[in-house]
Amino acid sequence: MNELRDILSQGAQMSLVLGLAPLLTGFVRKVKARLLRRRGPPLLQPYRDLIRLMRKDVVLADNASWLFRVIPYLIFAGTWVAASLVPTFGNGLLFSWTADLIAITALLGSARFFQALAGMDVGTAFGGIGSSREVMIASLAEPAMLITAFSVAMIAGSTQLPTVAEFMGSDAVGLRVSLGMAFVALTIVALAENARIPIDNPATHLELTMVHEAMVLEYSGRHLALIDLSSQLKLLLYVSLIACVFLPWGTATADASVARLALGALVYLGKLTVLGFLLAVFETAIAKMRVFRIPEFLGAALMLALLATLLRFVSGSL
Amino acid sequence: MIAVALWSVAALLALAPAGIVLSTRPRGSIILYGGCLIVTSTLCVTALSGLLYPPQPAPSAILPIGLPWLGAHFRLDALSAFFLVVVNLGGVAASLFALGYGRHEDSPGRVLPFYPAYLAAMNVVVLANDAFSFLVAWEFMSLTSWAMVVSHHRDPENVRAGYVYILMAGFGTLALLLAFGLLASEAGYDFDAIRASHPSAALTGTVVILVLLGAGSKAGLVPLHAWLPLAHPAAPSHVSALMSGVMTKVAVYGFVRIVFDLVPEPVWWWSMVVLLVGGPTATLGVLYALMQRDIKRVLAYSTIENIGIIFTGLGLALAFKAEGLDWVAALAFTAAMLHVFNHALFKSLLFFGAGAVLGATGERDMEKLGGLIHRMPKTAFAMLVGCVAISALPPFNGFVSEWLTFQAILLSPQLPSWGLKLVIPAVGGLLALAAAFAAACFVKLYGISFLGRPRSDVAASAHETDGFSLTAMFALAAFCLISGILPGLFIDALAPVSKDMVGNIMPHQVGLQWLTIVPIAESRSSYNGLLVFLFAALCGTAAATAIHRLASDRLRRAPAWDCGYPEADPAIQYSASSFSQPIRRVFGSVIFGAREIGEMPPPSSALPARLKVELHDLIWEGLYAPIAKAIGFATDRINILQFFSIRRYLTLVFVALVVLLLVVAL
Repeated sequence: MNELRDILSQGAQMSLVLGLAPLLTGFVRKVKARLLRRRGPPLLQPYRDLIRLMRKDVVLADNASWLFRVIPYLIFAGTWVAASLVPTFGNGLLFSWTADLIAITALLGSARFFQALAGMDVGTAFGGIGSSREVMIASLAEPAMLITAFSVAMIAGSTQLPTVAEFMGSDAVGLRVSLGMAFVALTIVALAENARIPIDNPATHLELTMVHEAMVLEYSGRHLALIDLSSQLKLLLYVSLIACVFLPWGTATADASVARLALGALVYLGKLTVLGFLLAVFETAIAKMRVFRIPEFLGAALMLALLATLLRFVSGSL
Repeated sequence: MIAVALWSVAALLALAPAGIVLSTRPRGSIILYGGCLIVTSTLCVTALSGLLYPPQPAPSAILPIGLPWLGAHFRLDALSAFFLVVVNLGGVAASLFALGYGRHEDSPGRVLPFYPAYLAAMNVVVLANDAFSFLVAWEFMSLTSWAMVVSHHRDPENVRAGYVYILMAGFGTLALLLAFGLLASEAGYDFDAIRASHPSAALTGTVVILVLLGAGSKAGLVPLHAWLPLAHPAAPSHVSALMSGVMTKVAVYGFVRIVFDLVPEPVWWWSMVVLLVGGPTATLGVLYALMQRDIKRVLAYSTIENIGIIFTGLGLALAFKAEGLDWVAALAFTAAMLHVFNHALFKSLLFFGAGAVLGATGERDMEKLGGLIHRMPKTAFAMLVGCVAISALPPFNGFVSEWLTFQAILLSPQLPSWGLKLVIPAVGGLLALAAAFAAACFVKLYGISFLGRPRSDVAASAHETDGFSLTAMFALAAFCLISGILPGLFIDALAPVSKDMVGNIMPHQVGLQWLTIVPIAESRSSYNGLLVFLFAALCGTAAATAIHRLASDRLRRAPAWDCGYPEADPAIQYSASSFSQPIRRVFGSVIFGAREIGEMPPPSSALPARLKVELHDLIWEGLYAPIAKAIGFATDRINILQFFSIRRYLTLVFVALVVLLLVVAL
């Protein structure tokens, strides 16, 4: 009986993240549009876009290789698996021990590795520029993410996300300097990893500073749909991650009843709304950076994360 | 068991002179590499059985060769067995690859005799149980590999590589000789006697530093790495694979054997030194790799990175062992050994791939490659696996060993020493940076050489490599995946090694639910490569099937879009240098003193504009160049001694005699 519930819970989690991801993106877009006094596309527009793209023919560049056609599926699989391992409404994920926070970071790293390769496959200048900049950003964002994971793991005594979430929700945490630093670092990383303003602009398509859009320029049809869906999943993953580590209240515990799980799901939706709203406000309030300002911005995240870890090493209570 | 190993080594030594004869025969290389393949397979199986079912006590043998009153001692304990597996697995793969690749050798007489001797020397280093045999085999290993580095001696680059290599190898052996000399002052040359002796703390401290210099220079620790990126690419590719994948591991063996086994209990500051060398080695190695455009040189620099990761693991193991936390020491040590194994796999694979590309195009310069995935699809696939594995990405094997190292780092707040508390987070940060750079580096290597459009005619007319080479590459690629998704098997196999070296083992892994690996406790951390792989495969196929069935599976080909620009010259693609330009700009100005100089011709001039990039190897310029200059200066001064008349020589001899007598008298 318990196993059945665990499997159902894991399955619910997997379909939940997949189903919610476009909605979150739609919500952020809507709020941004409203803040700019535009009406904005309907909330469900991302779903329609995905379906429309999936139905279209794929137009493949003449010299695209087999790898180019496989990569969207690889990116999607990697991101989906990673997203379904981050606790959302409940902690009792059956397969949460499959990968800890470090492994989730690395899984996203795998997805990015292939994405950067895809940018180079057709052999166009735009693809190359995107890949080259992506790995530059990643070369700072990924260490910052890993070191943030270190500091969080040292506070909670575990790299397993359910354990971390449980610990963060308990009274043992208290107010810690290192936790605050880790939070800021993780937020900056999340902005960079999801190609949001001020690092990259998800709305433009033809701008010399573009990174993500340049890499996927040659994709069309179902391939593009999968890549878009993966980006949306990734945004959801990072929002869930921040919610799970820094706002752990209301998450259902491993042995919760069905009613409690439903409550956890509601609370989770509330957290998504709040964080999505904050993201939209932040993006509206700030301008995009020049490419070579990004390393300084991400370097700050790296240093903050390192400082948080160092504080943990030096003192158990900070 | 040890008899089989020694007979196999003897067979390899016998193949060496046979190589001289065989090099003149048309099918000679096939016979020789086939022979090496058989012998190394035997050795590999023997060593594997010695590792999985370690006999108690460890089998040993004494042969009446070597020093007259000492003889040659050999012993096959768990550590030797593990490294014997690594050496001979690399040997099997390289011999198999060379069955195809070695046929294209222009002057087989310069490679064939040395190849089996080189394999034999590495085996003897690992088997030796006394300092004399160890050092002789060590030096033999250096010399035979040197001979193959200069095998293509018409290229002045290779001659220079050989020169720097032989100098650094001599330096390394000297340091090891002094280390053993210090140890032998108490106990003699026999390792068993050294183990039983109790040298003073100052003496063992000196020994550890000397071993770090000696073994570290062979392994490629910064700043002793200068020879490695010159020498490894200069050799034929299967030898490059052995040098990078295997010989650096023999150097790691030397370090582990002496520091973990021969000298008594470690002191915490040893680990400090090792960590302070290992962490920067990892990051600098891969940053250097990112700046290169020669495939084999990228791989050689990436070896330096991986050696840095291994030594970081060893440093952590030393720290935990010194503080009595031997269960964490077992974790860090196992992580380092697993990385030794993993790196031997994927680095050999990548060098084979580079060799296949070199054989097909005659080019090592990435700027002249591109689009090889169309011309060499099988090589491209195997290389892709190697690139993902070395970038430490799940579900492949490189990730597992780095993950274990990170887990050990996360346990280090338990260490009481303040110095270590401050150093270890910094080293953790350096490792994290190195992992991200490695991914960038291999996106570049793969993306520039295998993807895109061909940048030269040779790349456009490349052809797939032969079956032997492909078999070797695919076997290694399969190993990379297996070791990545079933790491528990490999961790358990390493238990006897860890038991011998740090006195404890990691928790037993095989038999855990779903073959998860749990280094400490399930509530703390766990990773299951198998499930990650299965989940990802399932999600990917499910998505593909669903979309193809329900939505659309139509596809048509068209010219590339590229924002509407018509397809231009392949030279418009990103090149290797332009790909790493952002990272060079962010990190290079400090580390390489990088400068970009744009030269614009004056208006109305027809000259092209130029962009020059200056990169400096600050370690070479700051450390090696001054030493070379000082030696050059001194030898110039001393050189006048060569042109004296006989009278002056006699006066010189007389003065020297008087001075010596005075010294003796006083």
